[in-house]
Amino acid sequence: MSSQDIPEENLPAEQDHAHGAVGVADEKNPFADPGLPPHEHRIQDIDERAAKRSERAVAFMFTLSMLATVGFIVSYVTIPHDKSVFIFPLGHISALNFALGMTLGAALFCIGAGAVHWARTLMSDVEIADERHAIAAEPEVKAKVMADFRDGAKESALGRRKLIRNTMFGALALFPLSSVMLLRDLGPLPGDKLRHTLWAKGKLLVNMNTNEPLRPSDVAVGSLTFAKPEGLEEHDHDFQTEIAKAALMIVRIQPDNIKDKRELEWSHQGIVAYSKICTHVGCPISLYEQQTHHVLCPCHQSTFDLSDGARVIFGPAGHALPQLRIGVNDEGYLEALGDFEEPVGPAFWERG
Amino acid sequence: MSNKDDRRKAPAGERVADWADGRLGIYSLAKANMRKIFPDHWSFMLGEICLYSFIIIILTGVYLTLFFHPSMNEVEYHGSYVPLQGQLMSEAFNSTMHISFDVRGGLLIRQIHHWAAVIFLAGMFVHMMRVFFTGAFRKPREINWLFGFLLFVLGMFTGFTGYSLPDDLLSGTGVRFTQGAILSVPIVGTYISMFLFGGEFPGGDFVARFYSIHILLLPGIMLGLVVGHLILVFYHKHTQFAGPGRTNKNVVGMPLLPVYMAKAGGFFFLVFGAIAAIAGFASINPIWVLGPYRPDQVSTGAQPDWYMGFAEGLIRAMPGWEINFWGHTLVLGVFIPLVLFGVFLGMIAMYPFIESWVTGDKREHHILDRPRNAPTRTAFGVAWVTGYMIMLIGGGNDIFATHFHLSINAVTWFVRIGFFAGPVIAFVVTKRICLGLQRRDKDKVLHGRETGTIKRLPHGEFIEVHEPLSQEALYTLTSHEQYTPAEIGPTVDENGVERKVGRGEKVRVKLSKAYYGEENQIPKPTVEEYKEITSGHGHH
Amino acid sequence: MAALVVLLLALACTGGLYAAFAPASKAQADETAQSLAIDEGKKLYAVGCASCHGTGGQGGSDGPSLVGVGAAAVDFQVSTGRMPAATSQGVQVPTKKNIYTQAEIDQLAAYIASFGAGPNVPTEAQYGPEGADIAKGGDLFRTNCAQCHNFTGKGGALTRGKYAPSLEDVDPKHIYEAMQTGPQNMPSFPDTTLSEQNKKDIIAYLDAVNSSDSESPGGLELGGLGPVSEGLFGWIFGLGGLIAVAVWVAARTAKAKKS
Repeated sequence: MSSQDIPEENLPAEQDHAHGAVGVADEKNPFADPGLPPHEHRIQDIDERAAKRSERAVAFMFTLSMLATVGFIVSYVTIPHDKSVFIFPLGHISALNFALGMTLGAALFCIGAGAVHWARTLMSDVEIADERHAIAAEPEVKAKVMADFRDGAKESALGRRKLIRNTMFGALALFPLSSVMLLRDLGPLPGDKLRHTLWAKGKLLVNMNTNEPLRPSDVAVGSLTFAKPEGLEEHDHDFQTEIAKAALMIVRIQPDNIKDKRELEWSHQGIVAYSKICTHVGCPISLYEQQTHHVLCPCHQSTFDLSDGARVIFGPAGHALPQLRIGVNDEGYLEALGDFEEPVGPAFWERG
Repeated sequence: MSNKDDRRKAPAGERVADWADGRLGIYSLAKANMRKIFPDHWSFMLGEICLYSFIIIILTGVYLTLFFHPSMNEVEYHGSYVPLQGQLMSEAFNSTMHISFDVRGGLLIRQIHHWAAVIFLAGMFVHMMRVFFTGAFRKPREINWLFGFLLFVLGMFTGFTGYSLPDDLLSGTGVRFTQGAILSVPIVGTYISMFLFGGEFPGGDFVARFYSIHILLLPGIMLGLVVGHLILVFYHKHTQFAGPGRTNKNVVGMPLLPVYMAKAGGFFFLVFGAIAAIAGFASINPIWVLGPYRPDQVSTGAQPDWYMGFAEGLIRAMPGWEINFWGHTLVLGVFIPLVLFGVFLGMIAMYPFIESWVTGDKREHHILDRPRNAPTRTAFGVAWVTGYMIMLIGGGNDIFATHFHLSINAVTWFVRIGFFAGPVIAFVVTKRICLGLQRRDKDKVLHGRETGTIKRLPHGEFIEVHEPLSQEALYTLTSHEQYTPAEIGPTVDENGVERKVGRGEKVRVKLSKAYYGEENQIPKPTVEEYKEITSGHGHH
Repeated sequence: MAALVVLLLALACTGGLYAAFAPASKAQADETAQSLAIDEGKKLYAVGCASCHGTGGQGGSDGPSLVGVGAAAVDFQVSTGRMPAATSQGVQVPTKKNIYTQAEIDQLAAYIASFGAGPNVPTEAQYGPEGADIAKGGDLFRTNCAQCHNFTGKGGALTRGKYAPSLEDVDPKHIYEAMQTGPQNMPSFPDTTLSEQNKKDIIAYLDAVNSSDSESPGGLELGGLGPVSEGLFGWIFGLGGLIAVAVWVAARTAKAKKS
């Protein structure tokens, strides 16, 4: 902002000559400010009966409010909390919630309506003009403050005793470090936590629905199944954290329809296992279209092609879903042939 | 304390006031404020809607803390809602279920709390736009504009943390999204994520941490800002629209006592009553149908509350850019929206400072602009709102797709293009409309109001009778200020030394032309023009 | 048209696979009644289906093979009105008014099942509410169904204009058949991965939360769409209503008429 200040005369005049002080319009100034219009009376100001009507209306509102509060208490005490009523067009709703809401709403609204009606009809409606004063201080005030400040600064000798000043700044700048240190134990360092899941060689693929290990014959073409690693149970204390990485989506595609060579190699007779966690920001992706083999993320619409290495074909995800290499063990169950070869879920700086 | 005689004489109220004055000096405070004048206009009450819904949120929020357990320990549900019997869920979800089904009135308070939050944010948005479009942010109110902006942003995050507390499937999905977005931050992303969640997502800490942020940290800051905001409103005195008798040096309206005490106080009850009634008949965030959070479950239509919808839209519309180099990943597809989110909001926050730099105007402004009289500002504001709204549509692209029978891919492409094209179109169109309205005002001043009465002149010509405007209307329509565009100052100073014209100055002159150049505002009628036309009155 | 072809092809595939694993006894029934039904079905087939699917169900350019799709698929497609489809289809065949009686559908199903065995039409015992665990059904629904059909089965968007339809008030039998056969782009959930009991639980859960009689304790459901509709409601009725009130509060009171 090195530029010159715009000269005052370039700004519009605060009250240009056409808009002088309040005055009557005349030849010289047809746009003059006529000043505040004269006050006009409301009916209530001149007709006592109208004023009485307003008074009764206000009192009626306040009375209604009292009744509504009574209604609230009665509802609270008498309506069972699990009672459901049908009210058109709301549907089958909780009777208690509806009754409490309506009575509380009415009790409050009527107080407000009464007060506002009172203000609008019975309190004075004469407009008053209040003067404004400049926010900035007068020059004399400013001069006094500056002088005081100089005196104070001089008396502190902060400018002269540089050693005190510098060490003080040093101390003030350093001490917040201790509070930063205290934040260290908020959590562990990332390490390689984001790179590993529970999957390992020989872990069976357990069906989420039945909690039974899956066999290849269970998985039909066009079907969709979700699996977790053997040994992970819902009651485990780390279930949420582990399933957040290990959740698996299993589909079966005719091997002829699989376009990606590695995908076919890592599958078992067309049964492919992909991470269920979206590579965008980690939503459990699973909107599988069995004819197109596309899977859509419900959160941000990243679309992956499960017949082509789960390549991204639309949306904000940056890379394909990681595939889990699977095979069949001696007893004929599907098993993992190792962990995912790349981190599952959203990308991060160290992912590489 | 006063002596016995006084105590007998003065009424009780006065004695209490005396007591307080001796300690707090309330009489001096009341002298300045009791009959403080507030102008009457519905749009000046938008801020009150926000203030009152904020108070409602605090009141109901305190009630909710009496029953809510901010813990992620897994428990089995055995409350009165049948379709979740025996399901595993966190204590946070369990206690929210308890509030909703087993605490009488608990559901109502929960719904008031949430509806009030939705309305609070919507109110702040509209209030902010009112201040923007009328130029109420100009000196001396820039700091108050920033206070308001901060309140809006903090309100968004307070809302977001509160929305996450019940640990239901929908909000959990939102938290997962947040964690994914944090991971995208270069270099420190994984560290922030680990520290925020106490380890890997979801871990067992975030509800308790969000809880203290939601009920203590953010509302505490907001309360301070609200108080500061109100003190400044009192201190600056309210702005007013131009009109007869209303000048930059006064404020015309009704006194705080009694009219505004009743109107504003009454309005609090009106707002509270209306929100309580809404909470009585309209459901919000029914966590029982959403179910407890599981990181491997999800539902379609996963959206945040509306105020985060803008961010959601940015993230949905962004193409999936990802750069791998030297063993690192730059997740532009997530990080760019994250940055844009801040930049887009920051633009509106910084606007007052940009405008005052362009105009170079250092005077106080207490008379509001009509939006048409500041065409460039209005056009900028409409363009900003357009961009914001397009991203809101983007945030709900799946809902829009199903309800308007469109392809979700088409909606996303519309949003991608619209985010760039929409604001430009909005800017141009708005400016045209503003200039048109300015012209119409000018015509009205010079030729009077069209009465709709058709008159036939003796020689057979038909004319419409124009009625001259009242003095009040003439004044109101001509009282706005018009700037002349800045020009590059003399390149040689008074001593004949050549002065370097900085780039800043050139930019400013360009911007000034764009704001106030010939094409960009209609010069208001001058006294001479008016006289020339009115002296020949009768000829048409 | 291509979508339709793909659809029916996929149907054929699933049915075929199902046939491969299904116990053989399932397809057996009273032979005479069966052959009568097959004859009747053949006539209906010639009128309503053969033009696209070929006279022997072998499929054609406009419709895929129906060999092995099974009676459940036929019952689902025809009684929800999806089949016979109009000649020109968009990306997805929508449901419409069913023009066949249940007896006709059964005959049609019997005839098409004779091309090659597939899943049978489920019985009431399979999809009825007895012995169902609603809460377990909710958990299963959130794992397997909610990602496309929304928390409470209101439906949602899929790619390129396709959509998962709303499940509100859909006949439990059709829900069962859909899970079993995977119509159009919906994946199938065969009994091997989603057991009969699982399916029953899911249907019972849907009945509890998603029928037009199910409760919405909080009040108006707002379409059950979550924050988008809540936000719209909050803006229009919440803030809009309050602004209307503000206009009243700030407006000038009517003045007495000047005399």
